[in-house]
Amino acid sequence: MEIEHRNNITVVGDPQGRPVVLAHGFGCDQNMWRLTVPALAEKHRVVLFDYVGSGRSDPSAFSEDRYASLDGYAQDVVEVCEALDLRDAVFVGHSVSAMTGVLAADAVPERIGALVMVAPSPRYIDDEGYRGGFSAGDIDELLASLESNYLGWSSAMAPMIMGNPERPELGEELTDSFCATDPDMARVFARTTFLSDSRDDLEKVTVPTLVLECAQDVIAPRGVGAFVHRAIPGSTLVTLDTTGHCPHLSAPEATNEAITGFLAGLR
Amino acid sequence: MMCRAGQQSGPYGADDEEAANASFAALLEDGAEELYENAPCGYLSTLLDGTVVKINATLLGWLGLEREEVVGRMRFTDLLTVGGKLYHETHFAPLLRMRGEIGGIALEMKQAGDKRMPVLVSSAVKHGEGGQPLLIRTTVFDARDRRAYEEELLRARKAAEEARRQAEADRARLQQALAVLQRSLLPDTLPAIPGMETAAHYRTASPDRLGGDFYDVFPLGGTRFAFFLGDVCGKGPEAAAVTSLTRYTLRAAALHDPDPVSVLATLNEVLHERYTGGDPRYCTVVFGIVDPDPESGRAAVRIASGGHPPALVLRADGRADFLPTPGGLLVGIMPAASFATAATTLAPGDALLLYTDGLTEARTGEDRTALYGDAALRAFAADHAGEPPGAVMKALADLLDGFGDGLDDDTALLALGVPSRPAPGPATKNTP
Repeated sequence: MEIEHRNNITVVGDPQGRPVVLAHGFGCDQNMWRLTVPALAEKHRVVLFDYVGSGRSDPSAFSEDRYASLDGYAQDVVEVCEALDLRDAVFVGHSVSAMTGVLAADAVPERIGALVMVAPSPRYIDDEGYRGGFSAGDIDELLASLESNYLGWSSAMAPMIMGNPERPELGEELTDSFCATDPDMARVFARTTFLSDSRDDLEKVTVPTLVLECAQDVIAPRGVGAFVHRAIPGSTLVTLDTTGHCPHLSAPEATNEAITGFLAGLR
Repeated sequence: MMCRAGQQSGPYGADDEEAANASFAALLEDGAEELYENAPCGYLSTLLDGTVVKINATLLGWLGLEREEVVGRMRFTDLLTVGGKLYHETHFAPLLRMRGEIGGIALEMKQAGDKRMPVLVSSAVKHGEGGQPLLIRTTVFDARDRRAYEEELLRARKAAEEARRQAEADRARLQQALAVLQRSLLPDTLPAIPGMETAAHYRTASPDRLGGDFYDVFPLGGTRFAFFLGDVCGKGPEAAAVTSLTRYTLRAAALHDPDPVSVLATLNEVLHERYTGGDPRYCTVVFGIVDPDPESGRAAVRIASGGHPPALVLRADGRADFLPTPGGLLVGIMPAASFATAATTLAPGDALLLYTDGLTEARTGEDRTALYGDAALRAFAADHAGEPPGAVMKALADLLDGFGDGLDDDTALLALGVPSRPAPGPATKNTP
């Protein structure tokens, strides 16, 4: 299968620049990076994609088994890097995708040379000596919450919302529905995301890493960013003075500044 | 009551006029602020970071909160349940940021006493003159009734999905059971006949139904082997029961007296006796004996047929001819039946082909209305005459594949042939 089509890959920016891969987290798709791309495109080859099961990826490529673990999503990243033959790319992952990037960088070290972790969390559920912010019951509540909002989701919409290379004219109206996903696939992603525990994977990171956290984040509370920073020796922690879980949307300038600053410092 | 002319005070009279004035005054007093506070929906305004700066009395009442504990102290997400918070952060907030407005999102808000209230939330960003975002205005609708209805729908959908899954599992189980049963009605492999080659093929029209076709090959002692192939009327479990009875009756009868006519007569008696009354069961069948002679490399064949389509003989020189058995009666329908006999000799390179009418009655052509027919089968057989039984069977299986949905009856095929060159040993081929 064509990975470009499967993962709805978009490539913009300077073809000669160091590649930067922008990976969305649970909930939406590559449109989340709309305010980030302009800041990077001038000097970098910017690669955007949708994980299988999100955005306008090819729904026929979805497999509940594969995407029941973060390894499946990391495999998407690896395959995207291979499809474009990326070398020494900078992987920017939001939320759960930051951990996906850790797994992918470990799998193909020659392809991923640096990590930017935006509002990362290696574990969402509280544990002894660790505050992830949620209890197991809370996560069940999210799954129920997802269900109630997907009543309006209709399978008739699916082909329009998801991968439709034959009808690019649909692009315009699609920008409005980018968070709409097949509920069954979203449920799998939600479970995989919020039940994951990737704390032990952090020690695998050997590349330069920037950890970006938000001052007030409901999903990755203060302390989680510091935990990630401590677990990755040599990493840089930047706390953005913003609220919410999506600093690239709520504080795009500060987020872009932090990322471009980090990129400029890489050799 | 009298009404004096010229003193009418409107259609409602003086008391009514007062009431009208009172309602008009009430309407005037119900200004924008009053409407905001007590509208039948919740209103709140937040800063871009979610801090609540304004909230109406209706929403405070629903949540059981005092204005002072909320305004400037709580964020919008603080009013939501954990599930709502997660949904807000992963879907609602990003969409609102991207689009400037969002509508009809189902969330749950926390109420006093650990209760939760399903709501539908719409938000829009208020922009300043320069286009910079200033505030988020949010409307909250009570969705308790709607949610109850939706949950009913979800439950019904889940039940329907579960029923569908169960039905699929049942169907798969049934198909598996049928396949096992079907195999029990057919030989696993054909026995090796010294100096001959054999091949068989069986295809049911549907995995949901047991087929009524059958065949077998078995030794009679000495160099002789018996073979048969037939078709029980009907399909399904009843036909399978008849098939089973037929198969074992033919085998037992042949051991007692292998003469083809006497074997069919025994079967006729058994079926007729067993299925008398309102449920007559019968079949068509060809029963035969083959006696290969290693000395001459030839095999003598004698068959008897009870109402079955004629066998085909494929000659080494490329001819294919029917071996007519006219006049044989259906087996099991009459108390005493007569059967037609025929005999031939297979020389090296010759083969005998038995088939059921699933093959000749396959629907062909664009509109699937023509039948494949005897002439086409004979021509096809002539094209493959001289080939070993295994190759003939492969060609026939491909032919059946080509019929696609035109094949709506079961088909059984059995071929017995003498190798064109002296074979080093017996060979059999069995394509299931």
